[in-house]
Amino acid sequence: MTGTASPWITGLGVIAANASGKKAYWESVLEGRSGLRTISSFDAGGYPVRVAGEVLDFDAGQHLPRRLLPQTDRMTQHALVATDWALADAGLTPSELDDCSTGVITASASGGFEFGQRELQKLWRTGPAEVSAYQSFAWFYAVNTGQISIRNGFRGHSSVMVAEQAGGLDAAAEAVRLVAKGTLRTAITGGFEASVCPWGLVAQIPSGLLSTEEDPRRAYLPFDPDAAGWVPGEGGATLVVEDADRARARGAGRVYGRIAGHASTFDPRPGLGRPPGLARAIRLALDEARLSPEDVDVVFADAAGVPEQDRAEVEALARVFGPAGVPVTAPKSMTGRLYAGGGALDMATALLALEHGVIPPTTGTASAPPELDLVLGQPRETPLTTALVVARGTGGFNSAVVLSRV
Amino acid sequence: MLSLEQLVQALRKSAGDSDVADLDGDILDLTYDDLGYDSLALLELFATLKRDHGIELSDDDIFELKTPRATLAAANGKAAA
Amino acid sequence: MTGRRAVITGVGVRAPGGRGVKEFWDLLSSGRTATRTISSFDPAPFRSRIAGEIDFDPLAEGFTPREVERWDRATLLAVASVREAIEDSGLETAALAPEKLGVSIGSAVGCTTSLDTEYARVSHGGADWLVDHTLGVDQLFDYFSPTSIPREVAWEVGAEGPVKLVSTGCTSGLDAVGHGAELIRDGRAEVVLAGATDAPISPITVACFDAIKATSANNDDPAHASRPFDRRRDGFVLGEGAAVFVLEEREAALRRGARVYAELSGFATFCNAYHMTGLRPDGREMAAAIDAALDQARRAPADVDYINAHGSGTRQNDRHETAAFKRSFGARAHDVPISSIKSMIGHSLGAIGSVELAACVLAMEHGVIPPTANYAEPDPECDLDYVPNTARTATLDTVLSVGSGFGGFQSAALLTRPEQGRR
Repeated sequence: MTGTASPWITGLGVIAANASGKKAYWESVLEGRSGLRTISSFDAGGYPVRVAGEVLDFDAGQHLPRRLLPQTDRMTQHALVATDWALADAGLTPSELDDCSTGVITASASGGFEFGQRELQKLWRTGPAEVSAYQSFAWFYAVNTGQISIRNGFRGHSSVMVAEQAGGLDAAAEAVRLVAKGTLRTAITGGFEASVCPWGLVAQIPSGLLSTEEDPRRAYLPFDPDAAGWVPGEGGATLVVEDADRARARGAGRVYGRIAGHASTFDPRPGLGRPPGLARAIRLALDEARLSPEDVDVVFADAAGVPEQDRAEVEALARVFGPAGVPVTAPKSMTGRLYAGGGALDMATALLALEHGVIPPTTGTASAPPELDLVLGQPRETPLTTALVVARGTGGFNSAVVLSRV
Repeated sequence: MLSLEQLVQALRKSAGDSDVADLDGDILDLTYDDLGYDSLALLELFATLKRDHGIELSDDDIFELKTPRATLAAANGKAAA
Repeated sequence: MTGRRAVITGVGVRAPGGRGVKEFWDLLSSGRTATRTISSFDPAPFRSRIAGEIDFDPLAEGFTPREVERWDRATLLAVASVREAIEDSGLETAALAPEKLGVSIGSAVGCTTSLDTEYARVSHGGADWLVDHTLGVDQLFDYFSPTSIPREVAWEVGAEGPVKLVSTGCTSGLDAVGHGAELIRDGRAEVVLAGATDAPISPITVACFDAIKATSANNDDPAHASRPFDRRRDGFVLGEGAAVFVLEEREAALRRGARVYAELSGFATFCNAYHMTGLRPDGREMAAAIDAALDQARRAPADVDYINAHGSGTRQNDRHETAAFKRSFGARAHDVPISSIKSMIGHSLGAIGSVELAACVLAMEHGVIPPTANYAEPDPECDLDYVPNTARTATLDTVLSVGSGFGGFQSAALLTRPEQGRR
């Protein structure tokens, strides 16, 4: 992935709770405007988890063919629309791309969970004859790759990675590798999540990882002494990855940057006394980018908001960068954790930060440990060349991506 | 008796509105294909007709009944004109 | 990292009809079938009431009661296959650098069977949209996102390198192994546990295939219901299973004196960009995958000794696939033996790609091509040599396995005998 020939990221499409569309999202993030609210799409009053980052201001019918609506979960509708936006942002017309060298690599975490709840209810309440024909694919993990490929006519190497919150970085890195090797010339990558529904919430509550704080302003406070879990969010991002020569030849309008390095590691089985794998993932990603920790201008943290996990992340960052050795931020404090969408949205945010030379803030959190230079309250303007994005998936998944300006 | 209106309602509910034609217009002799519906959409339509109207059409009908007129005729038990 | 090659040094299988690799191969080579009436729940309300079930007793296989209670059946099948594959390979996982040990597991539906059961509990049998969180079991998050499957595999072998779950529908089992081989070729891992698992025989999955009428309704004759390429076929028979391989870097495997079954010398995948469940009759993208896999391995169609078909037993698949073989192989399509083991064990969705690759490895090992069972009436639209009903002896140096799945995925993997050098 090293070298100037490594593929470029030339298009972005974003959907999140605080705003949808790249421009509105970026403004929202710089203003520190949070999309975390008391859950309103259903009555969550009886649940211990009351706050989420729901995508509420999105009308799929305005953007998609009407016959697609009954056969798609909201996370697929988000994926299709954000991909349209990303392609337009890149100045690409799908029909003009070589179909067999354009592929779709997405991350998935829980699939179309709300669609699944509706069909499970029909099955158990009334019987199997009630179950929709669309259930055969609308909820499953591969659906977004399939639907994006069909909508745009992309026939090249395509895949789906599942690593909960870490999957988005793995999918993007896979897209870059496939372009770098020449298997693809253009790759669509990203991830989307829309599992804020009763069944989605109930499936997560027993883990004890979600915040039970009722005040949206206090619910998700990564690295804060009062941190008490994360808030689930909806949305995600699509990134367009292009062969650099091709992008150059067609005169691509904007180049956000490139993935200079990536690595994924797995934590040891508990009880072995071995250290977790996050710091190693960061070092390996930097090695692949042929960069050293001093070259990193900003880190987009995983920011679980779970005290034990926060401590582990602070420790890993301090081990690689030294105590408070690098500015760190977590704009996901404004959107919630998006699982499949998390890695892609963090990368999109980091690329926008590189473009504008400004680090968006972490909101909610009032104070961070001294070993962490967390950008709080206000955005921080500073020249940015290289950003590190880290993500951890529940169970032990660690991924790190180094993004560099071109 | 299944009316065209009921058929259109079932179609909207199960397979989504048409993107290429006004379902409230003269669609009796347009094919489902022309209206933008695939075989899965028809499976959904047939399941809805069975659930909501007690009309049972066979698996083969998915390939045989190509227009709303043919569906109405089969549903109402008479040969298509 | 050029020159690095990925070879298979261990195989583990859990498939209908027996326990482990030996019984799996006994079934396939005898042409017997293991499809039957569903026993894990009452199938009476369903259109298709048959499946390829595994008689799997996890407690008897050494899993703890806690594991049996908390893990989805797909996880149990995967870990059982991992244990067999590791033992088969003779590899001492404890002696390996954990950082260089990877996992790439495929699954189409993950922990759906557990989600189905747990949903019924928290919804009081579907009565409540606002499902009851107080009834949620504490491992529910493990099912919500199925990363628990690769996690348990990683913990089983002590892997701390790249750990992946690949979920590309019914090509997951080929794609996960293709990805695992790539991890080795790129130098991101030295050893990868690669394979796939699915245990989808649950009410919601049976119901959704009922809804699209993709599964066979030949409920009166379950043993003969899966009839790929036969004119009387009426859909696929759902199955369950897992297969896992030990993939190693070739030189390292040879250095430790490992038995090398085969090299994964070619892998490619394309999308049809056509329909979530439909296939175009021309087979164009599957042919593209076959051509690319052959090209990668520097092999020609004439080198291929056997094709393990997707052969699901739906009319559209069998025609699509036959067209793809003709497109890639030309006149040779009529000469190369082709078979579908789904005729014997059903279709275990994301797992089947790995289970079929395991069948290919064993076919090479034994010099025997497993047949397509239940083949009686030729279909004029499918006019190739499908190795009907009886296994055939043959020297197999180069074997192709293909898969096709919802979402439009079309994948192909090529196995070559290790003694044979590249041309």
